[in-house]
Amino acid sequence: MTEYIVLSAILFTIGCVGVLTRRNAIVVFMCVELMLNACNLAFVAFARQHGNLDGQITAFFVMVVAAAEVVIGLAIIMTIFRTRRSASVDDASLLKY
Amino acid sequence: MNLLSHSVLAVGLPMAEEGGHPPVVAPDMGAGGVFDLLWLVIALPVLGAVLLLGVAPFLPGSLRATADKHGHLVGTAMSVLSFVLSLVLFFALLGRDAESRQVGQQLWTWFETGSLTVGMDLLYDPLAALFLLLITGVGSLIHVYAIGYMEHDPRRRRFFGYLNLFVAAMLTLILSANFVGLFLGWEGVGLASYLLIGFWQHKPSAAAAAKKAFVINRVGDIGLSLAIALMFATFGTTDFGAVSELAGEASQGTLNALGLLLLLGACGKSAQVPLQAWLLDAMEGPTPVSALIHAATMVTAGVYLVVRSNFIYDLTPVAQTAVVIVATVTLLWGAVLGCAKDDIKKALAGSTMSQIGYMMLAAGLGPVGYPFAIFHLLTHGFFKANMFLGAGSVMHGMNDDVDMRHYGALNKAMPVTFLTFAMGYLAIIGFPGFSGFWSKDKIIESALADNLVIGLLALLGAGITGFYMTRLMLMTFFTTKRWEPDVHPHESPKVMTVPLIVLAALSVLGGALLLGDWIVTWLEPVTGVAEHHEPPLPAIVITLIITAVVALGVAAAWFLVGRREVPREAPQDVSFATRAARADLYGDAINDAVVVRPGAGLVGGLTTFDRVGVDGVVEGGSSAVGGLSTTMRRVQNGFVRSYALSLLGGALLVVLALLAVNLG
Repeated sequence: MTEYIVLSAILFTIGCVGVLTRRNAIVVFMCVELMLNACNLAFVAFARQHGNLDGQITAFFVMVVAAAEVVIGLAIIMTIFRTRRSASVDDASLLKY
Repeated sequence: MNLLSHSVLAVGLPMAEEGGHPPVVAPDMGAGGVFDLLWLVIALPVLGAVLLLGVAPFLPGSLRATADKHGHLVGTAMSVLSFVLSLVLFFALLGRDAESRQVGQQLWTWFETGSLTVGMDLLYDPLAALFLLLITGVGSLIHVYAIGYMEHDPRRRRFFGYLNLFVAAMLTLILSANFVGLFLGWEGVGLASYLLIGFWQHKPSAAAAAKKAFVINRVGDIGLSLAIALMFATFGTTDFGAVSELAGEASQGTLNALGLLLLLGACGKSAQVPLQAWLLDAMEGPTPVSALIHAATMVTAGVYLVVRSNFIYDLTPVAQTAVVIVATVTLLWGAVLGCAKDDIKKALAGSTMSQIGYMMLAAGLGPVGYPFAIFHLLTHGFFKANMFLGAGSVMHGMNDDVDMRHYGALNKAMPVTFLTFAMGYLAIIGFPGFSGFWSKDKIIESALADNLVIGLLALLGAGITGFYMTRLMLMTFFTTKRWEPDVHPHESPKVMTVPLIVLAALSVLGGALLLGDWIVTWLEPVTGVAEHHEPPLPAIVITLIITAVVALGVAAAWFLVGRREVPREAPQDVSFATRAARADLYGDAINDAVVVRPGAGLVGGLTTFDRVGVDGVVEGGSSAVGGLSTTMRRVQNGFVRSYALSLLGGALLVVLALLAVNLG
C-alpha cells in the first residue's frame, strides 16, 4: 500500500516541478497530465484499501475531465502556436492587460 | 349679535378687566357688514404687487412698455384704496360699543398637523385700526411722493411693486389674529425691506446694506420663532385670544422666556440695541423707502409686537424691565449718533432709533404706557415721514448730495420743503402745541412716575433731540451757502410737495388724538386699564422742565452750530466722543468682535477639521487602498508559471492550515 502512495507522490512532485519549470506548453501540459494520473493512482489505491468503489469512480471522473481538458488545451496551444510560431508559455504573457 | 368666540373657553365679553389682569382677546367673529371686507385691506396691495411684479414682466412688448410707464399709478391706487377702506372700517369700529370693538374674520385654515391648527384669521381691534390708518395713510402719501422722486428711474414699476409688497406684508403683520400669521407678515416685511434697501443694487454699498439689514433681522427672527415654538409647547396654540386667556396659567419662567424672546424679535425689527447696526446703513435705499421703513412700517413692528403681547408682558416684570433697559439705552444711543452724523438721512435715522426707543420705553412700562407708545408711534409716523420726505426733496434739489456740510441757506431756495420740514422739526423736539410735544411729554412723565433714573435719562434724551435736530435744521436751511459749484437748488414738483404739506399738517395737529384722553380710552379694550401712578412732580411742572431741557439743547446747537462757520469738510481734530459717534458708537466694531470674528474663527476651525480630519480619513483611506493595489498589481505579471507557483503556494497553505487544525 505505502509503495503505491509513495509512487503517486513522486509522480505528482515530478509533474508539479515540470509545470513550474518548463516553458514549452506541450511539456507543461504533459506534466499536468502526470499530476492528474498521480492523483488517480492514489484514488484507486485508497479505493482498494477501503474496499469500496468511491475512489475508482472519482478516478473515472478525473479521466473524463482530463480528456476534455486535453481537447480544449491542445486546441488552444495549436492556435497560439499558429499565430506566434512559439509554444512557450512565457511568450504568452499579455493577457494581464 | 353673534358672539362666536375664538376659543372654546372665551365666553366673557371682550372688555378690559380690573387692573392687574391683562384683557382677554375675544373677537366677535360674526360682525358682518363692512367688516367682511377686512381681508380686502391686505388683498389690494397684494394685488398691486402681483400685477406689477408677477404679471407685468411677462406682458408682450408694447403692453409691457405701457406697464412700465404707468405701473406706479396702479401701485398708488391700490395703496389709496386700501386707505379708503381702512377709513371706512375705522368709522365702522367707532360706531360700535367700546366692549365689542374686537372684530375677527376667519379666512381659511392655513395648516393643520396633529393637535395644532393654524388658521388664516384676522383680528381688527382699536390697536389694529390705528396701525391700519397709519400704514395705508402715510404709505399712500409716500407712494404719491415716490411718483415724483423716482420719475427718472428706469425701474419705477418694480419699485412700486416692492412698495405694495411692503405695505401688504405690514398689513398682514398687523391684522393677523395669531402669532404665526404675524410671523408671516414679519418675514414679508423683512423681505420687502431687503429688496427696497438694495433697490439700487448696482451700488455695492446698497447691496451690502440690504444684506446687513436682512441678516441682523434674521437674528431677531430667531427670537420670535423660538417664542412661537414655546407658545405651541406651552399653550398648544398661538391665537391671541387663546394665549391671552391661558397666559395666566403658565409658569413664571415660561412667561419670562416668552417675554425676552419676543423682545429679541422686537429688537431686530425695531433696530434696538444690540441689533441696531442695520438701521443707519439702510439709508442706502431710495428716500421714500427710508420714510416708509421709519415712519409707517418695519421699525414700528417691534413696538406693535410688544404692545400686542401685553397679555404676556403684563405678567412678567423681568421682561418688562429688560424692555425698559433696552429702550433707554437705544434712545440715548440713537440720539448720540444723530448728533455726529453729517449725512442728513443718517442723522434722521439716528433720531428714528432714538424715538423708537421712547416708544419701547413706554411699552415696557405696562398698561400705563401702551397707549402713549402707540400715540408717539403715530405722531412720529407723521413727523418722521414728513422729515424724511423733506430730506428727499432737499436731496432732489441738491443733485442727490446727502452731506449737510454742502447744504446751508436752503430756506429761500426751497420754501415749501423748508416750511414743512420746520413743522416736523418743531414736532420732534416737542415744541409746545405740536404733536411730538404731547406724545413725548406723556412718555417722560410716565417714565418718571415709574423710575426716576429712567425718567431722567429719557429727559436727557429729549434735550439731545433738541440739539441734534436743531443742528440738522441749521446746517440744512440756515447758516451760509456751502453748495457745490454746479448745484442749483430748486423746489420739488407738486407731486412731492403736496404729501409734504399733508404730513406737515398732521405733524402739527397729531396731538389732537390725545384730546380728552381719547387714545387712552380707545385702546383700553386692547391694553387694559392702567393703575394710576402719581408722578413725583405735578404734570405741569414736568412739562415745563422737559420744555426747558429741550430749549437748552436747542440753545446749545445755536451756539455751537448756528453762530459759527460750518466747515465744508468735517473737522478731523475732534474729541473722542465725536469720533465714536461718527463711527456709530462702534456698533459695527462690537458686532465684529463679539459675533463676526468668533463666528469666522469657528467656521475656520470647522473647515480645517473638515479638510484635515474628515477629508484626511477619507482621502487617506482611498490613497492607502490605491497604494496597496499598485503594489498588488505587480503580482499580475502575465507569466503562467508564476501564477502556477502562487497556486501551489496557496494550496500548500490550505493543506498546512488543515493539518494544523486537525492535528492541533
